[in-house]
This record gives sequence, structure tokens and C-alpha cells, in this order.
Amino acid sequence: MNRDRTVDVLVVGAGPAGLALAARLATAGAGHVEVLEREEDAGGVPRHCHHGGFGGPVRPWLTGPAYARRAVRAAVEAGAAVRTGVTATGWAGALSLETTGPAGPERITGRAVVLATGARERPRSARLVPGSRPAGVLTTGELQQAVHLYGQDVGRRAVVVGAEPVARHAVRTLRRAGAEVVAVVTERSRGTAVPGVPLLTATTVGELRGRGRLSGVAVRHEDGRSGVLACDTVVFTGDWIPDHELARRGGVTLDPGTRGPSVDASFRTSVPGVFAVGNALHGVEPAATAAAAGAAAAAPVLARLSGAPWPEPGPRLTVRAPLLWVAPNRLTNLTDLTDLAGRPLLLRSGEPLTNPVVTAAQDGRLLWRRRHPGRVPPSRSLRLAPGWTYRVDRAGGPVVLGLG
Amino acid sequence: MSATAVTAAVTATAAATTVTTGGALPGEEYDVTVVGAGVVGSAIARELARLPLRIALVDASDDVGNGTSKANTAILHTGFDAVPGSLESRLVREGHRLLSSYAADSGIPVEPLGALLVAWDEEQRAALPGLADKAVRNGYRAARIAPAEEVRAREPELGPGVLGALDVPGESVICPWTTTLAYATQAVRAGVALHLNCRVQHITPGDVHTLATSRGPLRTRYLVNAAGLYADEIDRLLGHADFTVTPRRGQLIVFDELARGLVRHILLPVPGALGKGVLVSPTVYGNVMLGPTAEDLDDKTDTGSTAEGLALLREKGRRILPALLDEEVTAVYAGLRAATGDEDYAIRAHPAQRYVTVGGIRSTGLTASMAIAAHVVELLADGGLPMAGARDLEPVRMPNLGEAFPRPYRDAELIARDPEYGRIVCHCERVTRGEIRDALAATVPPGSLDGLRRRTRARGGRCQGFHCGAAVRALFEEARR
Repeated sequence: MNRDRTVDVLVVGAGPAGLALAARLATAGAGHVEVLEREEDAGGVPRHCHHGGFGGPVRPWLTGPAYARRAVRAAVEAGAAVRTGVTATGWAGALSLETTGPAGPERITGRAVVLATGARERPRSARLVPGSRPAGVLTTGELQQAVHLYGQDVGRRAVVVGAEPVARHAVRTLRRAGAEVVAVVTERSRGTAVPGVPLLTATTVGELRGRGRLSGVAVRHEDGRSGVLACDTVVFTGDWIPDHELARRGGVTLDPGTRGPSVDASFRTSVPGVFAVGNALHGVEPAATAAAAGAAAAAPVLARLSGAPWPEPGPRLTVRAPLLWVAPNRLTNLTDLTDLAGRPLLLRSGEPLTNPVVTAAQDGRLLWRRRHPGRVPPSRSLRLAPGWTYRVDRAGGPVVLGLG
Repeated sequence: MSATAVTAAVTATAAATTVTTGGALPGEEYDVTVVGAGVVGSAIARELARLPLRIALVDASDDVGNGTSKANTAILHTGFDAVPGSLESRLVREGHRLLSSYAADSGIPVEPLGALLVAWDEEQRAALPGLADKAVRNGYRAARIAPAEEVRAREPELGPGVLGALDVPGESVICPWTTTLAYATQAVRAGVALHLNCRVQHITPGDVHTLATSRGPLRTRYLVNAAGLYADEIDRLLGHADFTVTPRRGQLIVFDELARGLVRHILLPVPGALGKGVLVSPTVYGNVMLGPTAEDLDDKTDTGSTAEGLALLREKGRRILPALLDEEVTAVYAGLRAATGDEDYAIRAHPAQRYVTVGGIRSTGLTASMAIAAHVVELLADGGLPMAGARDLEPVRMPNLGEAFPRPYRDAELIARDPEYGRIVCHCERVTRGEIRDALAATVPPGSLDGLRRRTRARGGRCQGFHCGAAVRALFEEARR
């Protein structure tokens, strides 16, 4: 194999977003579209999500693994090269990646490079949960792989930390592996109960206990009550963070809210020729949303291949607390609304919202204000229609989204 | 008996090697037994392995280096700040020279970054000349005082308020795990019997001492106590009460490798009236470490972190290197140092009992380990241990865990010979199947996933197993079947 190659589009990550983009690009005749996947199997996180809901309203029964297989097949049949067991380990140039795999190191240059590296759950250590360091401390990602891919034992009595939908999947996976789920613990004032499992809201995990194997989790309610939940397994769920190592090592600017690459509505990062899509941009959206974003990135990538200039980034989009992030993070090409292609902005709050009034302001000038009926939990994004963005002054300061 | 006696006959380099992890101990009588397979005990066993004697190295845990040694701050010290004239001063200075050379020969990663003792207030600045003098009295002449502008130029990310620093260019960071493992590996290959999961419970002294252990009796003529936190308890079993070990907990926060660019040197605190302060140091694995706390405890097993300890470290870290606190935390851990209340090592020979105690070894023990070993063997010789027939040991070459040295995943020739070195399993730390396979089949194999992490870095990265945990566990369990 040639150790120094050039392709038309190099996509890093064969999850829902990367595969959807590769399929769309290959179909559109983008030339050599190569997708690098560091795992032995392509498909991304859905590979180990053995629950339904991946087919959208059309095929609600579709499980993660089935969804992943379809996505891989679609990309391959469209003509994209999906290479598994190949890791992008660093940058050799602005649009050149160093890779390694069983066939040895390579240097691959793309006319465009797309980061589709996904997100991970923050582990116990990053959450600064004190205590001992016993075995039996997992994230949902590790739990699902242990149970569904390797058939490993995960203990008898488990505590699940978190209130996002992924906590329910952790409960289900634990039960399927024969463990009793003692409690779901969340700092939030409410969460979705799972039948048969006590839900402890407004409760923090104060300490992990046990030597060798976990023996218990000390918890504290905000009213001061505390106790120890005896268990041999604890699963930290949610609290997603983009896997942004490659982006940072490539000098790609990150957004402080999402902690993923800062992109405009055309998925352009701060580095000309480098795009980013899917949950690498923000943690996390459902697979279908990631895939839709991946597919939507095809047009700007094709434009790049045909020589379209890389525009100066427009004003930053930022948020005020309790909002956490908005995506995209920049407003470029304001005169050309096809830039957003009518796709909504995604807005995430750190607290549950009821009938929120969202405002957009620039340099103290109110650009837009709208009430969004309904409840929005912190695990879901509010989708904002982009029509108002034509009012943004391209030469002005940051556009700040807040609650009115 | 359900226990599994594992006697491995391994490798092409030597004859059968002996590493046991369960079941009754072999009935053999040993010439010398070293209790405690930490960095010091393993170094002593390695030094003894030169002699044509029957040597045993025993440890209560399932791995070498599994107590205080694994939670070290990982600095190869010059000894510039020891108490001049102390045994520690001499052994750290000699040990620095010996280990620097051994590390280069054995593939133990060392990065000679140099240290800056940063002064943040007038009291600390006033202490710098005294520290520079002390360095000279410890035989270290390269230390000098650097003015504030120079310090800021060399460490642009330091917080505001730097008044100057003592520049100690000879300080390095080292891998404490590989060091201990290299000693133990070399010792075992030279014939030392390593018995793990073997806790010493009682000792009957005699012409031949009989150690009652959790795995049955062990008979030995000479005895070395390198039991770390438990050195005082072993001492008492032989009738000595020279010192008491008070476990001093040090909590540490390890930051993501993406923080590595924030700091270039080992940033040491200036010791002062308000205690020693905390350090910020790169690690050879490419992380940045913040710590340790210093908390005197009663419980020799309490290696847990606390909310208060972590808050204190973050507060101090924010002053030293503000941007560090914005980075993700990869790991939090706590180690227990064997404090004795004395300013020096407590290494005592009891020739009548053919017994040497190696107590009170603090965090400098990693640096001093080879010099401590040579010193202990001299003490044993003074007590009558025959020294005839000493030989050179077969050199050992350890797998590299250091970020500053070539790693298998980027080695085209190695991967061409064996594609397993191109198959990354642990993505955060870029650990390949080949390296995991090698560690699992090594002379001293890991007894747990944590042991595998200390040998390969697998599962040691920012995701802490989200991506690779189950895959690494599968490889580990397969190898032990």
C-alpha cells in the first residue's frame, strides 16, 4: 500500500454522521471518499445500543446494531471506502492525517477532511467523584459493550447515575445482564422513572466505596439526608463531551459551550478544508439527527471540492445561562440563507424549560424573540427556525441567545 | 485447595522463572527473603539476584509496586532539597545517578524537564537563596535563582504573581510503574522467586526464620523488611519498635494529555511555614499531574480521594496554572506515604537476627531505590551473607510507555513484522493488541486490569474505558483462562 496517498474526501469516524455524509458524497460523484474507523467494526455507538427507536417514526423497531449495519451498507454501496481498524493519530499537514492500522502507518491527504469523531460520556474521574477506585465503575458505553458485544458479567446490584434517556438504556442493559438496579440517582429535580427502580432526584453521588470491588455509593439529597446504597456496580451515564482530540491537535477552534469544533451552518471549522459533523459538534443528539447533519454537510463539502472559497467566519453565536450551547456556532454567508438550508439551530439548556421565550440579540439590539410552547428537558435540544438570522449584522459582535 | 499455583516457565532468555500467585508456597528454604515488592523491595531483590543464592520476594498484594510505589509523584530527584548529611541525601544522590543510567539501558521512560520552585510571595522568595545553598551542601551545584521575567518567559501559562524561582535543571520525570516492573522482571529472570498474594502474618525467629504467611510457612535465613506502610508492623514481629509508620495520604489529579502543552517544567512548591504546597508536573505519559495533598491518617488502606482534598488541589492549581483547570480530568487517585515523623530513612541492620529493616522511605525512595538496594546488600554482607560468586545480570528491556519515545503504533517496521502492533485497542492512550498480548505473557504478568494498565496504559486515558474497557477486559480474561 502506498504510504502517502491523496483522496478527495477523508472522513474520520464511521458513525451515523460520517457514514451518512460518505454515502451522500459518493452518490454525488465526489470521487474517492474514504472513511476511517478506528474500531474493528463500523457503525459507531449504535453498534452497542440494543434497543429500538433508531428507525424514526417509519421503522420504530429498528435497533442500534441493525441501524449501524444499514448505514455501513448504504455508504459502501454508494461507493465510499469504509476502512475499519484504522486510526487517525495526528496531523501531518493542514489537510493530511497520520494514520495507523495493521497495514502500518500512512499519511492520507484529503481535498477536504471531515471530523465525525462522535462523543463519549464523561467518566467518574472527570466528574471528580471522590472515594476509592474499585472495579465495577462504568459508563453506559462500556456497560453496553461489555454486555452486548462481549457477554461479560457486570455484577449483581447496580446504581445508575443520570437522568438523560441514556440512563434508561443503562437500566435495561443491566437488567438484561441479570443485575438488580438498586436506584437511579440524579442531581436534577426530576427525571424519567423506570418502573421498578427508585428514582432519587436532587441527589448527588458523594463518594464511591470499596476495595477491589465497589461495595457502595454514598449519596446525599439536597435537603441534607444522606446514605449509602450498597452495590457492586455503578454506571455513570450521559454528561457527553465531544471526542475533540483530533480537532484540537489540528488547531481547530472549539466552541466553549459545546466543546466541539466551532462550525458555521455549513459545518466549516476554523481551518479551511476541515469540516465537522454529528455528535463531534455537541453531545449528543439521536443517531437520526447526526445522520441528517452528516447528509446536509454533503453540499458544502462538494462546493469545497469544486473550488468554492472558504469564507471568513461571521459573528459568533453564543448563549447565556441557563442555556448551555447553540449549534452552529458561527453565522457565515448571511445573505445566502441556503447556508442554513432551512435547517434549525439546535439550542440546549442546562435546566428544564417550560414554554421558554428565546431571544436573540446582537450588540444590545434585539433581533428576534419567540415563545416555544411545551417542555424542554436538558437532554433535548430546542429547534429554532433560522429565518431571523438575516437580521444579523455580519460585521457586528457576537449574537447572544438567551431566555426572555 | 481451589487456589491456582502458577509457576511460569517463560521466555527464551533464561531457565524457568518462578512467579506464584496462589496456593501453598513451595517448601523451599531461602537464603534471603525480601518482604514487600514495591520499588524498594524489588530493587533489593534485583541486587541480591547477582548472588548465587536462593532469594524470595513476597508481597501481600497481587502485583509488584501495588502499594505506595504506584501512586508516586514520579519524579527522578537530584536530592537538592534533602537534609544535608543524611542517609537520604546520600542515597538519593547516588540513586539518581544509578537509576538514570539503568533507565536509559532498560527502556524506562525519563524526561529531563528540569524543575522550577516557583515563589509566589515574599516569604517564598526569601527562602530561595537558602534552598540554593542547601542544594550545594547536598552536592548539587547546578541550581540557580531565576528572576520573575525569566520564569514567566519559560512558563508563559503561570498564574499572576510570580516573584522568581529556583531553577533545578537536573530534575526529571520518570515512569514509576516500569521502574518497579523492570527490577522485578530482572530479579525473577535471574532466579528470584516472586510470591504474590502472600501476606506475612507472624514470624518465628531462629537460625532459620519461619514466616507464617497467608499462603503457609516460608523459611529463610536472612530477612529484609521492605514492607513500606507495614514496615513497623513487621519490625514488631521481630521485637523492634524503632519507629511507627503514619500513613500520609497524597491525593493527585491527573489532567488530560491535551493539557500537556500548558507546562514545560516540573513546577515544585517552595517549602514554607504553611507546609510543602503542591506541584504541577508533566508525566512521562503526556498528562499533567496536580498534587499531592498531605493528610496524616490512621488507616493504612485509605487510598480514597475526598471532596475536600480535590477542592484544595483545584484551588492551589488555579493559582499556579489557571488554564489547567479548564482541561478535563483523566484520573484522580491517592497514595499513602510511609511517614515516620523522622527526617531521614530508617534503614537499620540487626545482624544477630540476620535482618535488615528498610523503613521510612518517602517519595524520594523511587529515585534512591538502587542505592538503597546496594546499601542494604552491604548491610546483609556485614551480617554474614556470603557475597562470593556475584555476577552481572542479563540486561532487561522494558516496553516503552513514554510519550517522548517511539511507541509501537507508529513503528512501521514493527507493524510490518507483526500487525498486532498496528491494531489499537485503547484509543485514548494508543495501546495496541500487541502490547497487551506481550504484557499478559510477560515474566511478571498483571494480576488485574489495573496491573495491565500500569504495564501498557490501556484504559488509562480520558475515556476511562468508555470506548475500550470491555475489549481490554476481554483480552485480559482470555489470557487468564
